Amino acid sequence: MTAMQHVSLGAHYAIHLPAPDNFAFWRERARGLVQCDVPPDRVSWIEPGGTGDLFASEGPARGEKRLPPLPADPRAVRASQRFITIARSAALHSDPARFGLLYRLLWRLQSNPRLMEDKADPEVRRLEELAKSVQRDAHKMHAFVRFREVEEEDGTPHFVAWFEPDHHIVRAEAAFFMRRFANMRWSILTPRGSIHWDGETMREGPPARREDAPQGDPVEALWRSYYASIFNPARLKVGAMLSEMPKKYWKNLPEAELIPQLIAGAQAREAAMVTAGARAERARPVSLAEVAQGAAACRDCPIADCGTRAVAGEGPPQAPLMIVGEQPGDQEDLAGRPFVGPAGQLLDEHLQAAGIDRAGAYVTNAVKHFKFAWKGKHRLHQSPGAKEIDTCRWWLEAERAIVQPRLVLALGASAARGLLGKTVSVTRERGRAIRLDDGAELWVTVHPSYLLRLDGPARDEQAALFAADLARLRERLGEMAG
Amino acid sequence: MAQQSLRQRLEILADAAKYDASCASSGTAKKNSLGGKGVGSTEGMGICHAYAPDGRCISLLKILLTNHCIFDCHYCINRKSANTPRARFTPQEVVDLTLNFYRRNYIEGLFLSSGIVKSANHTMEQLVEVARILREEHDFRGYIHLKTIPEADAEIIHAAGLYADRVSINVELPTTAGLTRLAPDKNAGQIEGAMGRTKARIIEAKDERKRFRHAPRFAPAGQSTQMIVGADGANDAAIIGKASRLYGTFGLRRVYYSAFSPIPDASAVLPLKRPPLLREHRLYQSDWLMRFYGFAPQEVADAAEADGNLPLDIDPKLAWALKFRESFPVDVNRAPRELLLRVPGLGTKAVARILTVRRHRTLRLEDVARLTASVAKVRPFICTVDWRPTFLTDRADLRGLLVRKSEQLELF
Repeated sequence: MTAMQHVSLGAHYAIHLPAPDNFAFWRERARGLVQCDVPPDRVSWIEPGGTGDLFASEGPARGEKRLPPLPADPRAVRASQRFITIARSAALHSDPARFGLLYRLLWRLQSNPRLMEDKADPEVRRLEELAKSVQRDAHKMHAFVRFREVEEEDGTPHFVAWFEPDHHIVRAEAAFFMRRFANMRWSILTPRGSIHWDGETMREGPPARREDAPQGDPVEALWRSYYASIFNPARLKVGAMLSEMPKKYWKNLPEAELIPQLIAGAQAREAAMVTAGARAERARPVSLAEVAQGAAACRDCPIADCGTRAVAGEGPPQAPLMIVGEQPGDQEDLAGRPFVGPAGQLLDEHLQAAGIDRAGAYVTNAVKHFKFAWKGKHRLHQSPGAKEIDTCRWWLEAERAIVQPRLVLALGASAARGLLGKTVSVTRERGRAIRLDDGAELWVTVHPSYLLRLDGPARDEQAALFAADLARLRERLGEMAG
Repeated sequence: MAQQSLRQRLEILADAAKYDASCASSGTAKKNSLGGKGVGSTEGMGICHAYAPDGRCISLLKILLTNHCIFDCHYCINRKSANTPRARFTPQEVVDLTLNFYRRNYIEGLFLSSGIVKSANHTMEQLVEVARILREEHDFRGYIHLKTIPEADAEIIHAAGLYADRVSINVELPTTAGLTRLAPDKNAGQIEGAMGRTKARIIEAKDERKRFRHAPRFAPAGQSTQMIVGADGANDAAIIGKASRLYGTFGLRRVYYSAFSPIPDASAVLPLKRPPLLREHRLYQSDWLMRFYGFAPQEVADAAEADGNLPLDIDPKLAWALKFRESFPVDVNRAPRELLLRVPGLGTKAVARILTVRRHRTLRLEDVARLTASVAKVRPFICTVDWRPTFLTDRADLRGLLVRKSEQLELF
């Protein structure tokens, strides 16, 4: 730097700032000091109630309060736009040394105008850190201010918040809340001062205490319910939450009081979800014996609790045709084999008539357990629900993956759902092939028990249709074999 | 059934909405309530008003209008055959909730979705009605994200875009086969058709605003979509390919990934093991690599392991660097931006800093240390005037040195 023409050797200057966030005042004094060639180590900056940074041991009273007289032709003081932007933020930091740092950088900028680009410089970095933490604090203020509604004497609503910022940001952030809540009457009370907006003008008030703010708001109960419900207990990531919502903010957030119980409940809740949601984790069976074993032990749906046994499929493990019924009936449950009751006998007759060898097909059911209701001494068949079919689909898919039939015959709507995962109309789908995702062909027809429930001409008519479906299936089977 | 209270319904319909990952409120047109009659402002950057213990931000009131649904998609908690409690809001109730929350500074706005009731058109009309009341009757200037239903008529979807900041249509699953299997009522062609029309409308509206200052805005925050990861068999390479196609074809702002998580009353068709949450994270990282780091989709896919999935123990950028070691070390004092961006541990900001700083000084390793979060991670892949990692880069066990020792926990 040039020689210190205007500064008496050894003079110290103590600049008292009128407010801790008064950047304009600092800027004006700093400009004067640079013009008078006062080096950084000769200045201390003192905020209200503070002792300054450099001469703390000497007490605030020491040092010249008045600036030296400006030289006759003061030189222009220059700083990059980037410095001014960052300094404006950093000046709001609560670090008492910030104004000293700002002045040192301003001083260095005079000989090195591109200093701010040197981000590896420790002082530049420090300034950026200060600015960054102020911006973060401001951002958290935008996020975590929580208004509570009170009714004023004139009956109008007034929204009041209590917030504890880390830095001197309240005045600077008032404009954000004004833009957002322009037509609302609101106040933000903080230990560093308060701001009030009445819809037209902004007023500043003295520092406040927590007790000055209202203590509750009925809408908070709804907000807490929302907070607890939107939380997904299947994915607990407490660290991620804490890094963005550190504990220091919790005491002023109505929802934060729920956090400990949500975390504690999360794992229990997920465990409950998994059991209620049907299955424990298990590996997909790779043999028919494993399917039979697994289905027997399966308790994923309520049917399994009826006290019946799981009826496994039967047939050659490489069968080209798989026949899928709805569920075992009374006699199947007793015998432990599929399609042995009246419907099974009817099916056998029709298969024989169509020229299909049942022994060459793999025969199974969409649902492996017999669902029934007691009627006197009899166990009366109950149709399985969509949910039960979907649950049992796990076993049916395993069977398909093992047997790998090229043709699948679904008897009735339940079987079709077990194979397709959606409910389809049998009358609409019958008579044509549906491509399954593993490439197999699915043919849908009615369940033989449907024929048993009909009488007279209707039965004959449906039996003919059923026979026709099986005949077409026989044809396909022949084509595929050929 | 007894009348449910507003609070009970809020619990049901917020619970039902939590599987939508997006909560973004950023990137829309700037607006504020000065000179208006209501409340609300959007100033570019989104604000997260709270964080839940699942680590996700709560920026918007994210709810369903109703969770009654005539569709039967297996991965969805609200599917027709699920045994879950049902509830519905009237549009006015949603409006009141939104405004009450907004005035207390709990939220940035509303993210409204719905189960399909009666018909796609009827449901979409109800969603639009909520947005209309907020915008027109209350002059609400906060953020609105509407989920649109691809099966609804184009005019209704158009009306949604006029009120909303963002519209989104979920592609749901990365593969068409997965969609057919798990969402039998949905149709991939229809979804992409709706996305294509929305894209055209967004471009049209932007173009009109260039010529007429008062032309209406259409979804100024663009459109996004969501894919469920781990419910069908698609591997990461397939998902990345799908995402990059979606970005390219439909000009999406974001593709969200949602790791399939066990839902109450899950359908038995779904896989048994939920994918580790980390997989979702790795996919987002690869998304970033494509959007901000100049990686081509194929290059990200190259970082995947033999099964087509990204490694879980290291991030995809490091995985790529370890596979293509011949591209390293990169000289931080000379390399162009594109190459610096390939260095594991150097983010876009660190690269920008390096580029400015090196105009002033020749970088030494200690300078790099000051400009980055972890020099240990960067060191094997760079050289400076005083550092050359000849030995490190060729080491066979380099991966072992860089992988964090602690195992990533699965929550269970």
